[in-house]
Amino acid sequence: MPIQLQDFTKRFDNTTVIERMNLEVHDGEMLALLGPSGCGKSTTLLAISGIHRVNGGQILFGEEDVSEQPSQKRNVGVVFQNYALYPHMTAYQNIAFPLEVRGMGREQIDKEVRAIAALVHIEQYLERRPGQLSGGQQQRVALARALVRKPGVLLLDEPLANLDAKLRLEMRSEIRRIQQETGITAILVTHDQVEAMSMCDRIAIMNEGQIIQIDTPTEMYRNPKTQFVAGFLGNPPIAFVNGRASGEAIRLDADEVTLPLPTGARRPKDGEPIVVGIRPEIFGVNGGSPIGGRVSFVETQGRENLYDVALPSGAVLRSIQPVRHDISVGDQVTWGVNPDALMVFSQDGTRL
Amino acid sequence: MTRNFSAWPVLLVLSLISLPLAIMYASVFVDSFTNTPPGAILPNEFTLAHWRFLVDPSIAGNIWVATLNTFIFALSMVVIVTTISAMGGYAVSRLNLPYRRFFLAGIMVMHAFPSVTLIIGVFLVLQFAGLYDTLAGVIMVKATLMLPFGIWIMKGFYDAVPWEIEMAGVQDGASRFTVWRRLILPQVKPGLIALGVFAFLDGWGEYLLPRILAPTSEFRVLSVYLQQISVTDSINYDFNLFKSVGLYYTLPVLIVFIVFQNRLMNIFGGGTKG
Repeated sequence: MPIQLQDFTKRFDNTTVIERMNLEVHDGEMLALLGPSGCGKSTTLLAISGIHRVNGGQILFGEEDVSEQPSQKRNVGVVFQNYALYPHMTAYQNIAFPLEVRGMGREQIDKEVRAIAALVHIEQYLERRPGQLSGGQQQRVALARALVRKPGVLLLDEPLANLDAKLRLEMRSEIRRIQQETGITAILVTHDQVEAMSMCDRIAIMNEGQIIQIDTPTEMYRNPKTQFVAGFLGNPPIAFVNGRASGEAIRLDADEVTLPLPTGARRPKDGEPIVVGIRPEIFGVNGGSPIGGRVSFVETQGRENLYDVALPSGAVLRSIQPVRHDISVGDQVTWGVNPDALMVFSQDGTRL
Repeated sequence: MTRNFSAWPVLLVLSLISLPLAIMYASVFVDSFTNTPPGAILPNEFTLAHWRFLVDPSIAGNIWVATLNTFIFALSMVVIVTTISAMGGYAVSRLNLPYRRFFLAGIMVMHAFPSVTLIIGVFLVLQFAGLYDTLAGVIMVKATLMLPFGIWIMKGFYDAVPWEIEMAGVQDGASRFTVWRRLILPQVKPGLIALGVFAFLDGWGEYLLPRILAPTSEFRVLSVYLQQISVTDSINYDFNLFKSVGLYYTLPVLIVFIVFQNRLMNIFGGGTKG
């Protein structure tokens, strides 16, 4: 079911958390709400689920305006960060609860529960209580409980935050598989860009109650609209250096370095202060425009090494390269930057 | 459990401290079944005569009726206090009710109030309502005085239940009431059991309120019965009889305490959050 938020506004007492937000989620799509903590993404999720009342605007499921409907009527499945399983019930009873509340017959319930348990692969744990299940299994039970009554929308609130790294990897693809098999419209709230990029069709980046950009993960990474988005996506993160426009080139502040303006960027005025974003993978390549500096830190990541290069001005660039043994901390290096992949932002953070 | 130090010094100190208590209990038990000649320390004959109050109503009235009354009184406490605290505690913990802060403050103040100081006011209210000298009146007063404690304890238990469980329940399509009954209530069961036991013991031991608020009534509880046989200036005052009745009166308390002692400790574990 497609979801639409129109001019959605949410206030707590006198603090406006979200003001006139617009968002559209297509049918069968998985969308990530990504942003730093406190940006209003969980508030948005709880408003869609019906737990928070909206203070303005509308929430549409398909054609239907559900803004005034209570949670019970919205038919939304939610998976909470701590799973919120009912500790005194077995996994089976947990999954059966939404159906029982609807007054479904016992045989029908049994059929539905077993079907959904098979989908999320927990058939053998149905008689256990949440306390006897591992984190990943609890997660699966929570998913099954959210999906068993065939909701129109599935909401996931930081579903992987409580899992260890290996399980997180496994559940990432599991959740995506289940979402695709059921074809359900899903919204994932997360502050982890890797989760958002790897699991979702589209990402909506939020900051301070506003959606900054909505795009596919690839497009978002390659073509961020603002400095915030560029800084939020990418691991290791992008480095920003202050500079000034001078004709067709950019002069980095306090350094005798000039870089050509990337093609396609809007021409800034001469002398206008700008910010240059350099992702680690475009610095340290063969050819390109050379930048010199001193290696200030080397981080080993196994397959690759991450080098921090301090420029004479004090700004630090990052470079990620296949492991090489000819560089160590303190060395002077001059590495090339791929000028076409540079990102240039104006002083207020918008992309040029 | 690994032991870092031996347990016997602790046990020794504890036994020394509790020795007077143990001796007291032992002597009550022995005295209620024996006769001791005047001046002697040790008893010289076994007798069941001190327990004749169980079958002879002429001593101070029918003990079985008094026992039944006490049971009714204590069980009423359990029912009223657990029911209202279970609901009231939830309301002040979770619901966005008007004057919530006022209620909380009121509960706190009432909790700290010794009931004796209220007795004149309570007396007047009962008199006015026509409940003076009735079982119902005493039960209502006692239950009311226990409620602040009960609600406060239950509020602490409800506060410890994560909000997400409630949200999940609502999202699953259940009404707030169903969520409370089927999802939240089971989480606070330990607190409810402890509170119930506590209410029972408190009701069982109550003396002051029945004595003052229902002095002439047919309804007589064991504490009042005990008081009536312990009129020390009467001619036929029988100290061993008094001890036997006392033991009889204490027995259920001891049993309840032994059975539920672990659960009772829960109150102090879960009910500390304000």
